[in-house]
Amino acid sequence: MGDKPRLTRDQIAQRAAQELTDGAFVNLGWGIPNLIADYLPKGVTVYFHSENGILGMGRRARAGEEDYDLVDAMKVPVTLIPGASFFHQADAHLMTRGGHLDVAVLGGFQVSEKGDLANWKIPGAKGSGNIGGAMDIATGSKNIIVCMEHNTKDGGAKIVHKCSYPLTAIECVNTIVTDLAVIDVKKDGLVLREVAPGWTAKEVQQCTEAKLGVSGQVPEMKLG
Amino acid sequence: MKQKVFSSLDAAVADIPDGARIMFGGFGGAGFPNNLIQALSRKGVKNITAISNNCGTREGELGIMFQNGQVSHVIASFPGPHSNYFQERFANKEVTCELVPQGILCERMRAAAAGLLGFYTSVGVGTEVANGKEERVIDGKRCILEKPIHADFALIKAQKADELGNLTYRLAARNFNPIMAMAARTTIVEVDEIVSVGAIEPENVITPAIFVHRIVQAKGVRFAG
Repeated sequence: MGDKPRLTRDQIAQRAAQELTDGAFVNLGWGIPNLIADYLPKGVTVYFHSENGILGMGRRARAGEEDYDLVDAMKVPVTLIPGASFFHQADAHLMTRGGHLDVAVLGGFQVSEKGDLANWKIPGAKGSGNIGGAMDIATGSKNIIVCMEHNTKDGGAKIVHKCSYPLTAIECVNTIVTDLAVIDVKKDGLVLREVAPGWTAKEVQQCTEAKLGVSGQVPEMKLG
Repeated sequence: MKQKVFSSLDAAVADIPDGARIMFGGFGGAGFPNNLIQALSRKGVKNITAISNNCGTREGELGIMFQNGQVSHVIASFPGPHSNYFQERFANKEVTCELVPQGILCERMRAAAAGLLGFYTSVGVGTEVANGKEERVIDGKRCILEKPIHADFALIKAQKADELGNLTYRLAARNFNPIMAMAARTTIVEVDEIVSVGAIEPENVITPAIFVHRIVQAKGVRFAG
């Protein structure tokens, strides 16, 4: 099982992109989520939100086209799509906390069986740490999708009973998309919705500390 | 009309004392009052509390203030991957830091601006941000009490000011600037262009003049990376 192929980071993004519906207002976090914009299903227009005060971000700016007053939350020069708007940072986070965004897709270090999220600090890491917008976004958005690798580099579980890393927000995650599975967080626990191609529900459970609920045959993810 | 336009950056920050609490606008390289920060650094103020989303890009933006050891306390959300000089001082315990979730940083400043004494929020519940804060349950939801963040001065960047102090911003360089303008007792703005009163259409004003006390024109500076 150790050498069975898992999804790439781009494929995780591709699968997560399928969760976005036409016209949705969506915030993408650092890491894998930032790759999602490249994989929107055909015919789907999404209004990307950036916590520095933009709705309606388009693709990244091409060489020569960059305007450094028009950057995303990762400091990367971007473009706008028709219908875009600007506002100040307080309104940007009013949108995140106040439940106005349809979906936020965040990176994660750990997710617990209750949907607690840890994604801002590694225990023992040097320095001050950086919270940024993560806590506001994780607490307030209507639908939180976490994209991450299913296991740590040394094979440890990241979907756990209880997070050991510093928490970002409690009971906030709705769906987890990993390189092995799509998992929904329900009131009575985690439910395995899909497995990566070639993987079985039993194998995914063996890579997961938290208990995964399974009903019947779990279908494989379909990637483009 | 009260004269708000200053002829030099140094004159605009001349009375900022040691120990001042100062807000600094800017996010992601955009909307930083870099000329005013440089002037404040030249003036040599010490022991300031800096309230800012981040803590500099190497020596750029707020970085120079940490490089020179002018800051003793920071209230920030995302010090940043290139805040080398801050991190160095922080590791040496020469600077203390309160980390605040970004939207809560905004709202705490806005509470100060609005004359509110605090607010309850679910953001931070169950995390280290909640340490030492009053927690209660409202309508079945756990929440913590957050208090306002006041400042003596705000140094901000806008695109255009009229001589009365009405401001417009360019693209996403707006970010924290309008909030800090409202929250501080004295707001000092650097702008690319100063125009006469009435030259900005009232419906295009983003920060009304009531929040702006000093205006200085300076060519915008951006620090790469």
